[in-house]
Amino acid sequence: MAKRIDVSDLNVYYGAFKAVEGVTMTVEPRSVTAFIGPSGCGKSTFLRTLNRMHEVIPGGRVEGKVMLDDQDLYASNVDPVAVRRTVGMVFQRPNPFPTMSIYDNVAAGLRLNGVKGKKKLDEVVEKSLNGANLWNEVKDRLSKPGAGLSGGQQQRLCIARAIAVEPQVLLMDEPCSALDPISTLAIEDLISELKSKYTIVIVTHNMQQAARVSDQTAFFNLAATGKPGKLVEVDHTQKIFNNPGVKATEDYISGRFG
Amino acid sequence: MASVTGVSVADELPGPDGRGPLSGDNAGTGRLGDKAFAAAAKGSGALVIGLVTLVGVFLLWQAIPAIADDKVNFLTSREWSVSDSDNLRFGIVELLWTTVAASTIAMLIAVPVGVAVALFITQYSPRWLSRPAASIIDLLAAVPSIVYGLWGLKTFTPWFDPFQIWLSDHLGWIPLFSRTGTSGTILLIGVVLSIMILPIVTALSREVFAQTPVTHMEGALALGATKWEMIRTAVLPFGRPGVISAAMLALGRALGETIAVTIIVSTLPQGSKWTWSLLNGGETFASRIANNAGEFDSPAKTGAFIAAGLVLFVLTFIVNAIARIVIERRKAFTE
Repeated sequence: MAKRIDVSDLNVYYGAFKAVEGVTMTVEPRSVTAFIGPSGCGKSTFLRTLNRMHEVIPGGRVEGKVMLDDQDLYASNVDPVAVRRTVGMVFQRPNPFPTMSIYDNVAAGLRLNGVKGKKKLDEVVEKSLNGANLWNEVKDRLSKPGAGLSGGQQQRLCIARAIAVEPQVLLMDEPCSALDPISTLAIEDLISELKSKYTIVIVTHNMQQAARVSDQTAFFNLAATGKPGKLVEVDHTQKIFNNPGVKATEDYISGRFG
Repeated sequence: MASVTGVSVADELPGPDGRGPLSGDNAGTGRLGDKAFAAAAKGSGALVIGLVTLVGVFLLWQAIPAIADDKVNFLTSREWSVSDSDNLRFGIVELLWTTVAASTIAMLIAVPVGVAVALFITQYSPRWLSRPAASIIDLLAAVPSIVYGLWGLKTFTPWFDPFQIWLSDHLGWIPLFSRTGTSGTILLIGVVLSIMILPIVTALSREVFAQTPVTHMEGALALGATKWEMIRTAVLPFGRPGVISAAMLALGRALGETIAVTIIVSTLPQGSKWTWSLLNGGETFASRIANNAGEFDSPAKTGAFIAAGLVLFVLTFIVNAIARIVIERRKAFTE
């Protein structure tokens, strides 16, 4: 189910502006990779190229290669819609569909895939909500609006929505930055559980979070304002946090950053 | 009247008493500017409510005596003879049918087309095109109705007539399309009205569609939605209350449109046979009143026409109330 991601020499552009330059890295299946780095260094932009969500912004394009096992995501015959069904995404701010109930939010992706039978939907909705550690909290009010839940519950609802379509990879763009510490802990526990089934890539500004949840950490940085973001270093999380290979990484992690 | 967009502000949480944090008097500071603005706002609100109430009172006050003198049933009669004050015979059923049928046709055309145009402008068109396209649609709203009337009569009627004949030839077995031989038909005014209300539907729908939060749209796209699926999952549900409001505003205009309808529609002779055909002429409330505006010489006679106006007023009111209920019922799901 989970797949390996191989990125080689990837440049990302918005129109004429080069946002990210020369990223090469590998993400192992059934592992958690964290992207850290200062704001504007291109880590979210790079994350979005892994399911072609950057193309939603006018002028967004890439050079280079992203392989999902042996499938090139940017091959000319690949439909971005199909990519996004394989590589799911959770956003910074919880974004359940406000006009839909909890149930319909989780079922939304399945319905887009043409799944109709109520029995099948019921089954997947329960399984996904269970997978997101939310089932017990919402099982009695599945028909209530998803927007009525607390922030942390909403984010877990979004995770349930993303895993309902059984993606190979789950991308998370600062999934806890809008949440309180308790909800954050719940999401982090969930990430550790999901790791057994999915390949997970998470962007975070929280260094402790990266250290807690990830197996591998990638540090991104800007050479200077207006220059493209670059991958400085990627290694085992232990190594990055205890004995980084580059001085800039150490400075950033220890808070001595300019 | 329904709020123009019908969209509620998502981030404003109600306080313990259920009101928004900055509503009510608690936010006032007691300074002069504060007080003056509060008074002006309250005054304007009261003024609008007062005006609507006065219009209602005026209509009732003028219409009730005439309806009381009516020798036939006001709601079900097709007769309309008001020249003899001692023998008033008037009923509105035919006016009601013509008005509602023409407006329904207009809505059936204008709402889907208007929503589609709004979606094109906000979601599909390249950026350089969306502004000019929106302006051109808005321009349709600036064309005076008399111009639509003249255009409808002189240009559109001859062009539309062959289609009506074709319709009655092929679908004449359906009562709605049976042949009557008139050319200024209910169907024709329905089509002209739809063009007149199109800019209202488009402009308001465009506004709400453009406000769809990017996070909702990205949420749908990240699930692997195609563009159309994204619109169905995120844009349309978000814009729904706004579209309903837009449609009701447009319907209000269609129901009350006077001069274009008066010019185009073929009035029927007194006592002509009743038919359900949309290819028949007729008169709407507004066009009947306008056609006879020269004859308001006695209170009884005037009262008959004002009674017709009262029905139109109530009709518009009911339509708006229904729209309000539809929007309120789904309110929990719009925040």
